[in-house]
Amino acid sequence: MEQFDYVVLGASHAALEALRAIRAHDSDGSIAVLDREARLPVSPTVLPYVVSGKRPEDRIALRERGWFDDLRVDYRQQAHAAALDSAHSRLRLADGSEIGYGKLLLATGAAPAVPPIAGLSDVRFHVLRTLDDALALREAGRSAGRAVVLGAGLVGMHAAENLARAGARVTIIEMRDQVLPGYFDATAAARIQAAFHDNGVEVLTGRRVERVAPRAGGCTVQLDGGDPCDADLLLVAAGVRPEVSYLAGSGVAVERGVVVDAFMRSTAANVWAAGDVVQTPSFFGDATPAGGILPDAVEQGRTAGMSMAGDPGVQAYPGGVSLNTYGFFGRRALSVGRDAPQQGGADWEVLVRGGEGSDAYLKIVLRDGRLQGVFGVDVLFDPGIMWELILRRVELGARAKALLEDPQDAARALMSGLWR
Amino acid sequence: MSATPTIAFDAARCDGCGHCMNACVSAKSSDAHRAQPRIQILRDDESGRWGIAQCRQCGDPRCASVCPAAALEKGDDGIVAWDGERCVNCLICTAGCTFGGIAFSAAEGHVVKCDQCEGAPQCVAACTRGALRYVTTANLYNRWGDLEDLFVPGLGGCQGCNTELIMRHTLRRVGSNTVLATPPGCIPGMGSVGYNGMLGCKVPVFHPLLTNTASMLTGIRRQYKRKGRNVTALALAGDGGAGDVGFQSLSGAAERGEQILFICVDNEGYMNTGAQRSGSTTYGAWTATTPIGESARGKTQDAKNLPLLMMWHGCEYVATASTAFMEDFYAKLEAALDASQRGFAYLHLYSPCTSGWRFPSASNIEVARKAVETNFAVLWEYRRDQGLKLSRDIEDPAPVTEYLKLLGKFRHLDATQIAHIERHVAEQAQVLRELARMHPREGRQVVGHQSDLMAVDLDQ
Ligand SMILES: Cc1cc2nc3c(=O)[nH]c(=O)nc-3n(C[C@H](O)[C@H](O)[C@H](O)COP(=O)(O)OP(=O)(O)OC[C@H]3O[C@@H](n4cnc5c(N)ncnc54)[C@H](O)[C@@H]3O)c2cc1C
Ligand code: SF4
Ligand code: SF4
Repeated sequence: MEQFDYVVLGASHAALEALRAIRAHDSDGSIAVLDREARLPVSPTVLPYVVSGKRPEDRIALRERGWFDDLRVDYRQQAHAAALDSAHSRLRLADGSEIGYGKLLLATGAAPAVPPIAGLSDVRFHVLRTLDDALALREAGRSAGRAVVLGAGLVGMHAAENLARAGARVTIIEMRDQVLPGYFDATAAARIQAAFHDNGVEVLTGRRVERVAPRAGGCTVQLDGGDPCDADLLLVAAGVRPEVSYLAGSGVAVERGVVVDAFMRSTAANVWAAGDVVQTPSFFGDATPAGGILPDAVEQGRTAGMSMAGDPGVQAYPGGVSLNTYGFFGRRALSVGRDAPQQGGADWEVLVRGGEGSDAYLKIVLRDGRLQGVFGVDVLFDPGIMWELILRRVELGARAKALLEDPQDAARALMSGLWR
Repeated sequence: MSATPTIAFDAARCDGCGHCMNACVSAKSSDAHRAQPRIQILRDDESGRWGIAQCRQCGDPRCASVCPAAALEKGDDGIVAWDGERCVNCLICTAGCTFGGIAFSAAEGHVVKCDQCEGAPQCVAACTRGALRYVTTANLYNRWGDLEDLFVPGLGGCQGCNTELIMRHTLRRVGSNTVLATPPGCIPGMGSVGYNGMLGCKVPVFHPLLTNTASMLTGIRRQYKRKGRNVTALALAGDGGAGDVGFQSLSGAAERGEQILFICVDNEGYMNTGAQRSGSTTYGAWTATTPIGESARGKTQDAKNLPLLMMWHGCEYVATASTAFMEDFYAKLEAALDASQRGFAYLHLYSPCTSGWRFPSASNIEVARKAVETNFAVLWEYRRDQGLKLSRDIEDPAPVTEYLKLLGKFRHLDATQIAHIERHVAEQAQVLRELARMHPREGRQVVGHQSDLMAVDLDQ
């Protein structure tokens, strides 16, 4: 049986950052990176741009082979983890071979969640997570007259825009009563939704798909209490589930994802996990959505890598803060942090500018004078600085007004003084 | 990975004139578009201070880590470069960066960031107030890094002490054609002379008495010369071994103009034997022999100014340096090494002592910097033919108390003692100011005398 000091599963954002962190501290330990794909790693985030044709598929690799060579990492493709035996520190691959590890990182990300809709398994539908998915969708989009997208999250919205640009008549169906729920409030969502409407995309919110049925060249989607709608192309973008199929009976606890502590250690000895595969705790310690985004995967990957290598500089992962940079039809929407709860109480403060009809929308949420969230449509600011201000629990005091007026400059000026 | 140049910003000097931003716009605009400045100067009304948003060319760039298209990469030149052919305009880099270093430019239609204008940053050139500096110190570190480290790994200093830095950097530059003397003190304590019969460095090293370092080096240097070999005679001594117990031999060698490079690492006391006072200990400071008690309030005498005393010997070269200002230290080491081939060169380095001065081990460079910024330790340079020159502006120093409060050895000071130290610091600064004002003509001797001849005489 082959044996490595470190084995990293997956070769995407969390894994790559962990590799760097491990090598930064341990220059000698043997490392293997196992990826199920038969090609250089590609970020799921870049896939919408492959679907739209903006980027050719051969110019999007996250790393070249030489990068792994330089780090003296044994990078293997088509190495699909099938089962983990954490009691014996052993991993079984799909081809039957076994690999032993000193320390293991699970960075296998997530897979599209397929909702329990009657008839879905009988029709051909698309998802978007891997390059193969993107190529198939790009191909299908070229000839689709009518496309239906299930889910108005970031993936669904991106894909819908691409399909519309490719010439399809697109309908987005969202269960909840606004697009991009969780990232933007209803006002912001309405602005975004209007742009889709203006570009000929039909958006149906608060609607549920009852059933789908095959039809020549496509399928028919039956909505609750409404007419059926025909689709040449059906895209299911109803969220993700962690990629944990190989963890059954492994001794690694999984809830909404792999359960980890602040140093990304799983419940099994010598097993760490990072990225979309993890059940990310919220920085705010509440039910705000956390994880499932690229910057979090990177942060967690670094924390895991440093912890695995025993780097004394490692700091506890502070918890996830939702963070999104969303571009639509040449415009931009940015969201960082959390919105105020419905029954917030006196410690919450919400500052808003730009209602309906104005040229920009901005919302700033504070609690006890500290930044909790910033949400903007057609307003630019630096999400990275806002993120840092939230993590540091910086008291904004009188600066809140300036922040509402000019979030970019005010936050930069404040942050500049905080850096030394 | 090697270190690379950075653009440093000093908020206290910035008046928000915006020349830097205009220069950036000019540098980056084309006929097709007016560029968005890659440097932003912004006012924080609350603090009344100017702030900056500009790419720091991070060693560990987060913008690049989060880019899903591998469009950002740190190159060997240190610049985190953006590749427009790969960028998909997702703006995730702006979420990765916490400095506002990369931002979307509506006019240009994509994210933009500073690239330091191929080594000639236009913003820095446009700044008339010294608020922006193009710091190329990193190049020096790289050059030093390429030189062989002539001390063995694993010197055993106290945590956070800067002496190891001084020793290793000095010997790297001075090189292997050296005979090194390290009299009793922290430096041999750290292992320069080795342990268990094994040498601590890769050049001939010896351990003179505390009293005779300069005399022994004199003899060795002359003996080599007689045999037709030109070696660098280098001493790395503490302040006691230089200025107190070792002073007669030091003074003699300096006065005779021996061709020696004598480096004093001044930690203001006999620190490796348990922190006893020395002639360099500051007035009021706690040491093991100047304790704090019912009547005792620390040292009752002022420190003597050893580098000035050395200057009055008319040495070939005398300078003070600090590890908080490495560029300056490197330049002075260079000059001292050169001068030591002609006569006596003396370099005085401030070495805050983490254990004996009682401050956290992470703050050594901070303490060293404050000492300089408060004029507690003034950086200057003396050449026999040019007189004394201040290495940095000493007008407008930070209050001395900013330095004193960093150190546990001063914790007990009362107002009278603080006033005493403040007065002393001001007086010393005044003396140096006056000396620097003498503006001697190039090539004319100011203090001291020609000693080469005698040295040669004795060589015969
Ligand atoms: C279309 C789309 C758009 C997105 N847009 C954004 C966005 O704009 N902003 C944002 O922040 N986030 C976005 N995301 C989310 C972001 O891509 C993920 O959060 C991020 O990729 C998570 O990184 P990861 O390393 O945890 O997992 P992944 O990127 O999912 O990588 C998992 C890795 O594990 C490998 N793997 C999986 N199973 C196995 C196995 N059994 N054996 C071996 N290898 C295995 C895979 O091949 C892959 O290398 C988007 C996601 C999608 C799908
Ligand atoms: S853009 Fe920001 S994160 Fe990237 S190198 Fe510059 S300062 Fe660092
Ligand atoms: S905007 Fe361009 S450079 Fe920035 S993260 Fe996206 S692809 Fe990378």
